[in-house]
Amino acid sequence: MLSMRGVSYRYPGYARQVLQDLDLEIAPGDIVGLVGRNDAGKSTLCLVAAGLAPASIGGTLTGEVRVDGISTVGRPTHELAASVGLVFQDSNTQRSGVTATVFEEVALGSVNLGRSVAETVRRTRDAMATLRIEALADRDPARLSGGQAQLVAVASILAMGPRLLVLDEPTAQLDPEGTRLVGAALRDLAATGTALLIAEHKTDLLDGLCSRIIALDGGRIALDGPAASVLEDPALAAIGVESPARVRLARAATERGLTIPAGAFAR
Amino acid sequence: MIEIRGLVFDYPGGSRALDGIDLTIQDGERVAIIGQNGSGKSTLVKHLNGLLRPTMGEVFLDGAPTAGIRVAHLAARVGLAFQDPDRQIFAGKVRTEVAFGPRNLGRRGGELAAAVDAALVAVGLDGVADQNPYDLGYSRRKLLALASILAMDTRVVILDEPTTGQDADGVDRVRRIVSDLGAAGRTVIAISHDMRFVADSFERVVVMGAGRVLLDGPPANVFAEAGWPTLATTYLEPPLAARVGARLDLGATATEVSLIEALAARAG
Repeated sequence: MLSMRGVSYRYPGYARQVLQDLDLEIAPGDIVGLVGRNDAGKSTLCLVAAGLAPASIGGTLTGEVRVDGISTVGRPTHELAASVGLVFQDSNTQRSGVTATVFEEVALGSVNLGRSVAETVRRTRDAMATLRIEALADRDPARLSGGQAQLVAVASILAMGPRLLVLDEPTAQLDPEGTRLVGAALRDLAATGTALLIAEHKTDLLDGLCSRIIALDGGRIALDGPAASVLEDPALAAIGVESPARVRLARAATERGLTIPAGAFAR
Repeated sequence: MIEIRGLVFDYPGGSRALDGIDLTIQDGERVAIIGQNGSGKSTLVKHLNGLLRPTMGEVFLDGAPTAGIRVAHLAARVGLAFQDPDRQIFAGKVRTEVAFGPRNLGRRGGELAAAVDAALVAVGLDGVADQNPYDLGYSRRKLLALASILAMDTRVVILDEPTTGQDADGVDRVRRIVSDLGAAGRTVIAISHDMRFVADSFERVVVMGAGRVLLDGPPANVFAEAGWPTLATTYLEPPLAARVGARLDLGATATEVSLIEALAARAG
């Protein structure tokens, strides 16, 4: 679905390569987690994977980024939008600014893809029900709490039904319940064959959700493998990533010569 | 000391955000407020620095009703770092942004510079003092908003979701700041969804749901098994250490350190 080969990228006006020589393949149905420090290049990788960099924001890309086997370079953004969705880190960046209600905001992307009204209404209702934000339907999208705005941003992309979905810290503003709902929605989406790339600090969320985890450090891939093995890798700490609670606890116990039975971690 | 008595707040249009809050916070306490989005946490803390005024009930600061204190005077005593840093940041330079608060409180010259420097060092932004705040990423703008409040040197510091968007180093930094403020005898009140941060860094946890206080006590009590059904009504789960401790019959182990200690004690 997404294929990146030898990808390096720098922003317009900067000499520093923010991404360096990355290789990445994401197949339909894969959920790939992206972890790393705040300046490791996660957001940039999201922009490049979604085809927004360099197409919309400029900069210099070397290497190859293909979605569905077709290079994203030189491909018009409106065409790319039919297959690739991006949930921005800041939901204010995402908000269209042209809609008066949350319902219209969630529907807008689907409308722009040329779908029928009936189809868009159905998709919009489904997306809002999935994240339990039906009650926000008539609210002004510019006057929401941080958590509500983030759920609206995720819903608007769910309604578009992209085949590759890139999410940059989609749960940063959410309470534990909102985080759980987004996790469940993403799992369901992957089950329909959507490929997912999720940048996230909450390794507890990624644990059990992702099939694979990539850890970035200084714009390069430092770790890449099955989710459980990367999340249990002691090398995570050195690149500024916190392991999930179950891993921290098991490790702390081992260091004292103690054991926590695996069953004790069950939800 | 902060005393909240029978606080009710209705938003214009009539929706009730706070439904009778009684709470006393002593000087130097570190208090975390938790609860699902919309449970009234942010509305509550905005009453402590006069951003909102009660529909009913009263808030007292050191025995005096805040209703009689102007917002400008409250600001010298109660600092509030917003959840969304962009509602707070307006200056063209990081240093100017941090200096704004203490300058308004009358600090000048060396005293002002020292307050600004100390705050920037505490949040780790001393290296970018001359940059434009909007050239910083979200997580660093969040730390900048925190520095702006620290520089005011208020006796009460309120942080609305300070760890949002922070990586492991950023969370550590926020923990250190809370601990340093506590050691300096300041009152720290933080709203957070990060249960591990809450259990590790605060001595008291107030659980809110539907505009009321549901639970109030030390983390070990609030996160103990008896409280789980109440936590569930506001869609919260205790930290993993508390769940594991209960499963292994180790008692109330809200923090990872306390869980390991309890496990070691049982092993002899």
